[in-house]
Amino acid sequence: MAIEVKNLCHIYGQDTIFEQYALKNVDLTIRDGEFIGLIGHTGSGKSTLTQHLNGLLKASSGDILYNGESIYREGFSMKELRSHVGLVFQYPEHQLFEVDVLTDVCFGPKNQGLSQEEAEARAREALALTGLDESFYKQSPFELSGGQKRRVAIAGVLAMKPEVLILDEPTAGLDPKGRDDILGLVARLHAEQGMTVILVSHSMEDVARYVSRLVVMNHGEKVFDGTPREVFRHYKELEAMGLAAPQITYVVHALRERGIPVDEDITTVEEARDAILALWKKAKGTGCCGEDKTC
Amino acid sequence: MGIIRAVNLIFDYIRHDEETDKDEVSHALRGVNLDIEEGSFVAILGHNGSGKSTFAKLMNGILLPSDGTVYISDMKTSDEEHLWDVRKTAGMVFQNPDNQIIGNVVEEDVGFGPENMGVPTDEIWKRVDRSLEAVGMTAYRLQSPNKLSGGQKQRVAIAGVMAMKPQCIVLDEPTAMLDPNGRKEVIKTVHELNKQEGITVLLITHYMEEVIDADRVVVMDAGHVVMDGTPREVFSRVKELKRYSLDVPQVTELADELKAAGMEIPCGILTIDELVAALEPLLKRKEA
Repeated sequence: MAIEVKNLCHIYGQDTIFEQYALKNVDLTIRDGEFIGLIGHTGSGKSTLTQHLNGLLKASSGDILYNGESIYREGFSMKELRSHVGLVFQYPEHQLFEVDVLTDVCFGPKNQGLSQEEAEARAREALALTGLDESFYKQSPFELSGGQKRRVAIAGVLAMKPEVLILDEPTAGLDPKGRDDILGLVARLHAEQGMTVILVSHSMEDVARYVSRLVVMNHGEKVFDGTPREVFRHYKELEAMGLAAPQITYVVHALRERGIPVDEDITTVEEARDAILALWKKAKGTGCCGEDKTC
Repeated sequence: MGIIRAVNLIFDYIRHDEETDKDEVSHALRGVNLDIEEGSFVAILGHNGSGKSTFAKLMNGILLPSDGTVYISDMKTSDEEHLWDVRKTAGMVFQNPDNQIIGNVVEEDVGFGPENMGVPTDEIWKRVDRSLEAVGMTAYRLQSPNKLSGGQKQRVAIAGVMAMKPQCIVLDEPTAMLDPNGRKEVIKTVHELNKQEGITVLLITHYMEEVIDADRVVVMDAGHVVMDGTPREVFSRVKELKRYSLDVPQVTELADELKAAGMEIPCGILTIDELVAALEPLLKRKEA
């Protein structure tokens, strides 16, 4: 199971004076069970790319293979593709429309042809995964808080049992707690359900903590692809693209410039704390750190 | 006496349930007292639902207090005769740039506010020129706002407010929908307005990085003001901030954890440079 993107181009306004490459020769293989962060500033092509992955946009040239089969092949069922590759748009709560939470989440599975009972069972399962309390199920989705609405919207996609879940800026506009809740939920879905997850974001700090692979887009092209550590080593280039590496990366590099040997691959607060404390114990030298055997 | 004063400010949202014929009341503000000095840059922090946006909407009479009073330049927002003067004094910029741009051309959009106020035409153009200059958008004046980036649109919206020559600007999460570049652009613009034009700024946000250069930080939780001080004072209380579901900048958090582990680091570190300067002497190996 994989999605292979091959030499994908997308041109907006082709053959007009506004012709512009939104995607340019993008190659990308998404393997089963991966947790990928897709990063780029506004206009870098990251949202355009995600909309190709479930066939909402058609490439100007190039190909996308889903499990080895071209999605542009004649007779390929886009409907089926869309139930395998679930896309949660930016501000998904804007798409809530039903009278109550449960009915809203049922919409997707019913549209897939499931009976009312099956759809409701799926909806309950999906809502339980998002951790929304059952007391909300019969409430109007419009009366929930921003974070709760977003859970309902994500449940609506989960209820269709996608194999790949793409979330476009799932934390935009949420406060720090709402953000941690949603990202924690996504990480849990990946760990427990084995779902392939693509997280579109422009926040490096958020992404560094969760994903195992980072893909960076700039001007419609894929510029970096690797583990967060590998990608953050290019922090100067990232900055030139209008992206900032996590603050911690800057601390680490500033310390290294001053001759303090901190591991340059550190990207999180916890890693930095442990590394700095270890160096500090060493620097303090003999006599002051009883447990340290090197003293 | 400050330009904005909230006195025992209370605001309740009342929702009428038709089935049970009962009113549900949620208390958004439960007695807020704030006095904001003219020319200052004040940031208001709080998680979703803390009451900060309600507070913003009370500042220029979009909402009126359930109890208590808001004074803008000593005018009560609840006095209908002052409403237009209140709105001229305190301009608002909202979260979503697409909801507040109405013109087909950037310069027309900026001119909308003063035109609506009945400012003479040549004066409108002067204000449009100046406002676009101040937010660095002069080069785009004849473009369609639809072709601008989020950060640029938000700067146009700020120019539109500026053209009405308010004494203070209230910005309600102006960067929530922007990417890091757009956020930087907008925050920089707002600081310049504050410094160069002397406009009082009330910035409502939940991005901590945006408030470290403010003169004063006010933290709201459950409709109350719970912390109030300089950024350094507020950010030195990391645990308390976390209790209010707020973050601190990563460097501040790291500094706090290192301090807790026994390292001698000053309180309220806000920037990368400060942290590095504090760590350097502690980590350099003592030459034996």
